[in-house]
Amino acid sequence: MEKQKKRFTIVVFTENQVGLLNRISIIFTRRGLNIESVSASASAVSDIHKMNFTLFSDRETLEKVIGQIEKCIDVLRAFLYTDDEIVYQEIALYKVPTQRLLDEKNLERIIRVHNARILEITRDYTVIEKTGHESETQALYELLKQYDIQQFMRSGRISVTKSPTEHINHYLEEASRRLNRKEEQSK
Amino acid sequence: MSKKITGSEAMCRALLAEGVDTIFGYPGGAIMSFYDSLYGYSDRLRHILCRHEQGCIHAAQGYARASGKVGVVSVTSGPAATNVVTGLSDANIDSTPLVVITGQVGVDSLGTDAFQETDVIGITLPVTKWAYQIQDPEEIPWAVARAFYIASTGRPGPVVLDFTKDAQLGLLDWDYERIDYIRSYDPDPEPNPADLSTAAALINRAERPLILAGHGVMISGAEEALISLAEKADIPVAATLLGLSTIPSDHPLNKGMLGMHGNIAPNFKTNEADVIVAVGMRFDDRVTGRKDAYAPNAKIIHIDIDRSEFGKNLKAHTSIHSDARRALEALLPMVNKASHKEWLDSFAHAEQVEATEVMERELHPTDTEGNALRMGQVVRKISEATGNEAILVTDVGQNQMMAARYFKFTRSKSMLTSGGLGTMGFCLPAAIGAKIGAPSREVVAFMGDGGFQMTLQELGTIMDLGLAVKIVILNNNFLGNVRQWQELFFGGRFSATPLRNPDFVMIARAYGIEAENVADASQLDGAVERMTSSKGAYLLNVNIETTDKVFPMVAPGSAVDEIMLDPKRRYSPAE
Ligand SMILES: Cc1ncc(C[n+]2csc(CCOP(=O)(O)OP(=O)(O)O)c2C)c(N)n1
Repeated sequence: MEKQKKRFTIVVFTENQVGLLNRISIIFTRRGLNIESVSASASAVSDIHKMNFTLFSDRETLEKVIGQIEKCIDVLRAFLYTDDEIVYQEIALYKVPTQRLLDEKNLERIIRVHNARILEITRDYTVIEKTGHESETQALYELLKQYDIQQFMRSGRISVTKSPTEHINHYLEEASRRLNRKEEQSK
Repeated sequence: MSKKITGSEAMCRALLAEGVDTIFGYPGGAIMSFYDSLYGYSDRLRHILCRHEQGCIHAAQGYARASGKVGVVSVTSGPAATNVVTGLSDANIDSTPLVVITGQVGVDSLGTDAFQETDVIGITLPVTKWAYQIQDPEEIPWAVARAFYIASTGRPGPVVLDFTKDAQLGLLDWDYERIDYIRSYDPDPEPNPADLSTAAALINRAERPLILAGHGVMISGAEEALISLAEKADIPVAATLLGLSTIPSDHPLNKGMLGMHGNIAPNFKTNEADVIVAVGMRFDDRVTGRKDAYAPNAKIIHIDIDRSEFGKNLKAHTSIHSDARRALEALLPMVNKASHKEWLDSFAHAEQVEATEVMERELHPTDTEGNALRMGQVVRKISEATGNEAILVTDVGQNQMMAARYFKFTRSKSMLTSGGLGTMGFCLPAAIGAKIGAPSREVVAFMGDGGFQMTLQELGTIMDLGLAVKIVILNNNFLGNVRQWQELFFGGRFSATPLRNPDFVMIARAYGIEAENVADASQLDGAVERMTSSKGAYLLNVNIETTDKVFPMVAPGSAVDEIMLDPKRRYSPAE
């Protein structure tokens, strides 16, 4: 199996219960794995939440981690993806002194070429937003550095898979069959 | 409309609804209200007051493992909750079902460093199967039902319910329903037919098959299925430390214990086997020795209820994801009747060498320093005095390994020890719990002089309840197991291992427990006879040779077929 390290995305589907993010992140930290980014939101299935973790590690280790995550009560399933199996995105905000930008002849070109947009302009500062892969938001960062970036923040990765449905659906069907069997038995 | 009741009252009723009749606990400020309700239920919920919260939880573990029921613990917040953390971790790694109720301050005080407030959920998350803080009394029926379902099903484990004052004092309408379904949790997966066929084919083609029986066999009640399978296909069985007593000691197919201080034959033969059927065990490093040299010739079939165990420590050829009993019962009709006489006979050499080169000096010593005894002879003597029918409880260290090696078993669920965590101080309280959980059985507790002193306050519990626990201190005046490593691997530099001990017999007597010293072999038989015929608790303080060491040994970093017979010699099959 691959021992080679690269970036992976772990997608975890969960019930809406408190404390789960904590329980899951403990599994990473216990193995000394550094979580590069984290984000959580609703999924396309009602009442089911979805967490995204990105990590730099090898497949063998992360497959063991997936098993341990799935063992947590209220975790429905966890999936491991490489970058080519998902469509993913991050968003970055850059706050730059307005005065510095006004002097820049190329501002329009920068915004256009990088597909960024301006969210807010005040006398003091301008907030620029860009969505993209990390390399892209980083490229803009490097460019804007010359104008004295005052604040910067990049979100965690969000992702969807390239397959037509949420991978969780199959599991949910299984779980409801399990419930039906239980109900049959108790009759 | 039904009358509202307090959360504390509801907790008592919920425990009754789950079939609880015994609670191990210790009161305090943040759990006063629950204790007050408990007072009204004392005819149905027996509260065992141990002398330390660590004692409570180890007792509950002993109770759970001896009885097969869920062990219940109740303690207050803060220091009491942190005192149970070792037991939670122990129960988690050794798959022991517990529900631990910790008192907690009021909801408004959470996170404020209020008196005796600590983040119990945060502390216990990594060492529990589930941990939940009950803030609202209305959540009690749901949380308790879930707690018992989670603790007792699938791979069992400990659950924490952090019971805030608001939830204890608040009111709710009483309505309780036990649960048997959680969407995210399948505790009883059906074995996959394709996996079963692959496994059966492997077993049917095997020439040198070996069964490894772990704790999961007993947890799932698969002893009979395992023995039937072994007998039908004529397969030798070896047990892990926690799998001991699965199969009677004198069963012809029982080839003994695996692991660092296990028997030579099963360890050595692991590396000759062509098919290994590992049932309800997890290839712990103490069992596998050096992993890259483990079972190089074998196709491994791994049966476990916990899917995350597959490939965690070792890659199996086939895995069967289900409870051991379901898997073995399904396999039984699929395996052919077979005979592996030659393979079975080939175990004899290692057995013979172990008997003469290792066991003889333990069982019949003639040359000990100062006429002291050796652990093996004491353990075997006591085992036989109970007709090999007793429940063995051990502490951790040489005493544990010697007890595991020399005690004999005729019945299942007869070995209670702290395997995964190796918790010194486990033994005495666990023995209390075992005696309460299996009152008709003799309970014998073996511990070292070090481990005894970690939880000896529980003699008070024994005195209080008049429990007939038989306590044997294998006293070598040293932290013996560490001493052994220092002697073998650290040039005999005995750093912080000699113990200057008090008079253990006087201590026992101060608690009203009959006790005597056993100074040499001539005193052993009489003392054991008095201990086993006594109706109450009894303590023997046995003078053990300090320099004795546990052998055979698969030293750390060695392969399972590199086995030391003593500090100088290695087992060789051609000897
Ligand atoms: C709580 C705890 N602390 C430390 C250890 C490390 N340890 C393992 S065995 C051992 C020595 C035990 O000595 P004793 O209880 O006298 O038993 P013996 O080995 O002599 O039978 C120690 C210190 C442990 N297992 N558990």
